[in-house]
Amino acid sequence: MNTIKTWIHQHQLGGLLALALLILVILPAGLDIFRLNLFGKYLTYGFVSIGLVMLWGHSGILSLGQGVFFGLGGYCMAMFLKLEASDPISTRIQSTPGIPDFMDWNQLTALPLWWQPFHSLTFTLLAVVLVPTLLAFCISFAMFKRRVSGVYFAIITQAVALILSVLIIGQQGVTGGVNGITDLKTLLGWDIRSNSARYILYFANAGLLLACIWGCMWIQKTKLGTLLLAMRDKEDRVQFSGYDVANFKVFAFCLAAALSGIGGAMFTLQVGFMSPSFVGIIPSIEMVIFAAVGGRLSLVGAVVGTLLVNLGRSYFSESFPDLWLFLMAALFIGVVMAFPNGLAGLLDSHIKPWLARRAASRQTPVAATGDPVVPASITPTQDLPLPTTIQAQPE
Amino acid sequence: MSNTDFVLAIEDLTVSFDGFKAIDTLNLYIDREELRVIIGPNGAGKTTLLDLICGKTRASGGSIKFKNTEITRMAEHKIVRAGVGRKFQTPSIYENLSVFKNLEVSFPQGRSVFGALRFKTSTEVIARIHAVAEEIGLEALLHTEAGLLSHGQKQWLEIGMLLMQEPELLMLDEPIAGMSARERELTAELLQRICRKRSMIVIEHDMEFVRRIAHKVTVMHQGKILAEGSMDKVQNDAKVIDVYLGH
Amino acid sequence: MSFSDILNIGLMQGFAGLSLFAVLLLMGLGLAIIFGQMGVINMAHGEFMTIGAYTVYLFSWLADNRFPRFSQTYFLVAIVAAFVIAFAVGWLVEWALIRHLYKRPLDTLLATWGLSLGMQQVFRSTFGPKEVSPTLPDWLMGSWAPHEGLDIPINGLFVLALTLVITAALLLAMYKSRWGLRVRATVANRIMANASGIDTRKTDRLTFAIGCGVAGVAGAAFTTIGSTGPTSGSLYIVDSFLVVTFGGAAHLLGTVVSAFGIAQTQSISEFFLTGSMAKVLTLLLIVFFLMIRPQGLFASKVRR
Repeated sequence: MNTIKTWIHQHQLGGLLALALLILVILPAGLDIFRLNLFGKYLTYGFVSIGLVMLWGHSGILSLGQGVFFGLGGYCMAMFLKLEASDPISTRIQSTPGIPDFMDWNQLTALPLWWQPFHSLTFTLLAVVLVPTLLAFCISFAMFKRRVSGVYFAIITQAVALILSVLIIGQQGVTGGVNGITDLKTLLGWDIRSNSARYILYFANAGLLLACIWGCMWIQKTKLGTLLLAMRDKEDRVQFSGYDVANFKVFAFCLAAALSGIGGAMFTLQVGFMSPSFVGIIPSIEMVIFAAVGGRLSLVGAVVGTLLVNLGRSYFSESFPDLWLFLMAALFIGVVMAFPNGLAGLLDSHIKPWLARRAASRQTPVAATGDPVVPASITPTQDLPLPTTIQAQPE
Repeated sequence: MSNTDFVLAIEDLTVSFDGFKAIDTLNLYIDREELRVIIGPNGAGKTTLLDLICGKTRASGGSIKFKNTEITRMAEHKIVRAGVGRKFQTPSIYENLSVFKNLEVSFPQGRSVFGALRFKTSTEVIARIHAVAEEIGLEALLHTEAGLLSHGQKQWLEIGMLLMQEPELLMLDEPIAGMSARERELTAELLQRICRKRSMIVIEHDMEFVRRIAHKVTVMHQGKILAEGSMDKVQNDAKVIDVYLGH
Repeated sequence: MSFSDILNIGLMQGFAGLSLFAVLLLMGLGLAIIFGQMGVINMAHGEFMTIGAYTVYLFSWLADNRFPRFSQTYFLVAIVAAFVIAFAVGWLVEWALIRHLYKRPLDTLLATWGLSLGMQQVFRSTFGPKEVSPTLPDWLMGSWAPHEGLDIPINGLFVLALTLVITAALLLAMYKSRWGLRVRATVANRIMANASGIDTRKTDRLTFAIGCGVAGVAGAAFTTIGSTGPTSGSLYIVDSFLVVTFGGAAHLLGTVVSAFGIAQTQSISEFFLTGSMAKVLTLLLIVFFLMIRPQGLFASKVRR
C-alpha cells in the first residue's frame, strides 16, 4: 500500500487520480444523463485548456486563437457526420439529394471537392488532429523563425481567429454559415443522440482527456519539458546553448493545436453540432480564462477551472445574465492581478501549507500525551498529502 | 584570406546602427589555446563584438571565420554547435531548476525537438555533470535550486553550463563583476585550468585580474583596435594611456 | 457605363475608404502611442471609442430635449467632452489596473479584455442593448457634388478633417511639447529617463490617458458614419491592432500610412467582393505581410 502511495507521490499523480475519480466516478454517479452530457461538453474545452497550460503556462507563448483549432477539429468531425446524415434517401425532398441540406438551400448542385474525403472515417479522424496541427505549423513556423513572440504573436493568432470565423460565416454555401453544421445524427449508423451513446461518448471523452493529461505530464518530465520551461524564462541562454528555439516553440504551438482539435471533435460528437460561435475571438479568449482560473501551470487545475467557469456561466447566464458579464470581467482582472497561478496556485501557496500546519499541530498533542494505542511511528509515514486532506475535512 | 591555423579569424568586421559604427573594420585573430582579454572604455564595442561572433547581432560587412569556416551568417544555434560558447554579462541561468538540471539541459545531446523527447540521463551524462560540477566547485550543491546560489556561484554555474558543451572557443563577458576577492581568486584559477583545452576571449575591467590571466591583451576604442600585445606592452602604449587617462 | 461613371464610382468608393481610414487612424494612433510608450496592449481601447460615441449621443439627447438652441452647435462641444471623459476614465484605469502590470504584457492583454467586457455591460445597462444614433446638426447632413454623378457626403468630409487635425496635433505634441520629449526619452531608455529627472510613471499615466482620449474622439467621429451599440468599439479592435503592427509599432507615421492602406484595401475590395470576403482578404494580406516582415512597414534599427 505504502509503495503505491509513494509511487503516486513521486510521479505527482495525486491530482490526476483525484480528477479521474471526479469525472469517471462521482459525476456519472451523481448526475442524470442530461447534466452529464453538459459536463461532457465542458470537458471538451478541457482539451483546449491543457493545450494552453503546455503552451502558455509552460512555454510562455500566449495564443488568443485556440478556438480556431477547436473549431477545425470540430468541423472535420461535423463534416463526416453531416455527410452520413445526408444520404440520398433522407434528403430525397431536396432539389439535389445526397448533399448536405444547407448546400441545397444555397443552390449548390454538387458536393465541393474538398468535402469528398470526409466520406471516410479514417480520413476524418486523421484530419481532426492533422488539419489543426498543419495550420498551427504554418502560422507558428513563419512567425517564430522570424522571432515574433509575446504580444505580437498573440495578436496574430487573434487575427487568424477573426479571419476564420468571418470566412465560415461568409461562405455559408459550403460551411453552413452562422448556424454551423447541425442535425448530426449517427456515427457509422450508431445513433449518437441516444442515452446509451451519450454515456459511452462521455466516458470515451473523459478517458481521452485523462490520457492526454498523462501524456502532457510525461512531456513535462522529459528534457523537452525542461527546455520549454527554460526557454520561457531565459530564451537567450537556451538559444546560445545550441538549441533552435523556434522549433521548440513550433512544437508547443502544434501540440496545443492538436489537443484543441481533439477537443473540438469530441464536442461535435457529444453536442451534435458545430458552429462558428466556437471559432472567433470571444470564444478563443474565453478558453484562455478557463485555463487561467484553474492555473496556467497545472494541467489538472486547468481542467477543474474549465469545469468551474462553465458551471458558473450556465448558472449565472440563466439566472442573472447581466451579472455574468461583470463576473467574467472580474474573473479576467482578478485572476491576473490577484492570483496569476489560478486555483492550483492558491492550493500550493495557501491551502497545502495550512493543512500541513493543522496536521502538525494535531500530531504534537498526540505525541505529547504519549497515547499508547496509536504507535506514533506509523502516523507520519501514513500522512502523505492525499490522506491529510481527507482527515482535515470533518472538522 | 585562405586557411589559417587560427581558431578565430575576424577581418574587416563592421556593424552600424543607423549610421553609428559600433564596430569599424576590425581585425582580430585568436590562436588555439590562447586566453585573450579584451579591455577598453565603456562603449568601445566589446560586448557588441561578442554579440557579432555568436550571431546575436548581424554584421554589416566583413567576415568572421571559426576554424576556417565562415560563421558570419550562420544561425545562432549552429554557431554554438560548431563550438563557440558565450557567457552573458549578468548570470543567465535557469533559476527555477536545480544545479544538476541546469548542467543536464546544457549537455549537447537531444538538441532537436524529438531528440529532447527521447533524451535519457545516461551514466555518461551523470558522470560528465559531476566532473563539470567539481571543476566549478559546485559539486556539493548539485541539488540546490540555482536561484538560491550566491552571485559568484551563479557565474560559475553558467561557465559550467558552457563547459558541458566542450566548446573550442569560450567567450566570457565580465565574469568577475560583483565577485568578492576570494571568488575572483578562484575564478582566475578556474579560467587558467579550462583554457588548457580551448581558446578563450574574456572581457574584463579589473586590471589586476587581467594581468593574472591574459596571454595577450587587446585594447578596443570606438569600435576599433587601439593596441594589442602583452599586458606590459599595452599598459605603456601612449595611445592607450591617452584613452584611459586623457581628455 | 461611361468612363466618367466608373471614375465617379471609384472616387466615391475611395471616399468611403477614407471614412474607415479616419476611424482606424484615430483608434490606431491612440493604441500606437500607448504601445510604443509602455509596451502595453489595451484590449479595452475599443470601449474608450464607445465612450466617446455615447458622449456625443448624450449631448445630442440633451440638445434635443433640454436645450434646443444648441442643436446646431452641441456637436463641437461633444467632441471635446468625448476626449475629456475618455481621458479621465483612461487616467483612472491606468492608476487602478495598468500600472500594476507593466512587467507582464501578456497578462495586461487579459486584464484589459476583462475590463472591456465589464465596460460593455455597463454600456448595455445604461443605454440599453439597442444601437443609438445622435441627431446630427443640419450642417453635417447632405453631400457635396463638385461634379455631376459624384456625391461626397459632408459628414465624411468632416470626419476626415477632424482626423487630420487630431493627427497633426498629436504629431506636433509628440515632437514639440515637453510631454512628447518625455515620452520619446522614456521609449528610448526608461532607466536613463528616470535618472534624468523624468517622472516616467506620471508620463505613463498621461500617455495612456491621452491615447484613450484620442479613442474617445474616434468614437465621436464614428457617430457621424454609424450607429453606436455596446459592442461597437470591439468590432474595430483587431483591425486597430493590425494597423499598429502593420505600420511598425510605435511609429506614428507608419500608423498613418498603414491605416490608409488597410482602409483602402478593404473598401476597394468591397467593390469586387462581398463585405465579409473583403475583410478576409484584407486581414489575410496583413497577416501574410507580417509573417514575411514582422517589424511592419516602418521600423528603426536599434542596437539591442
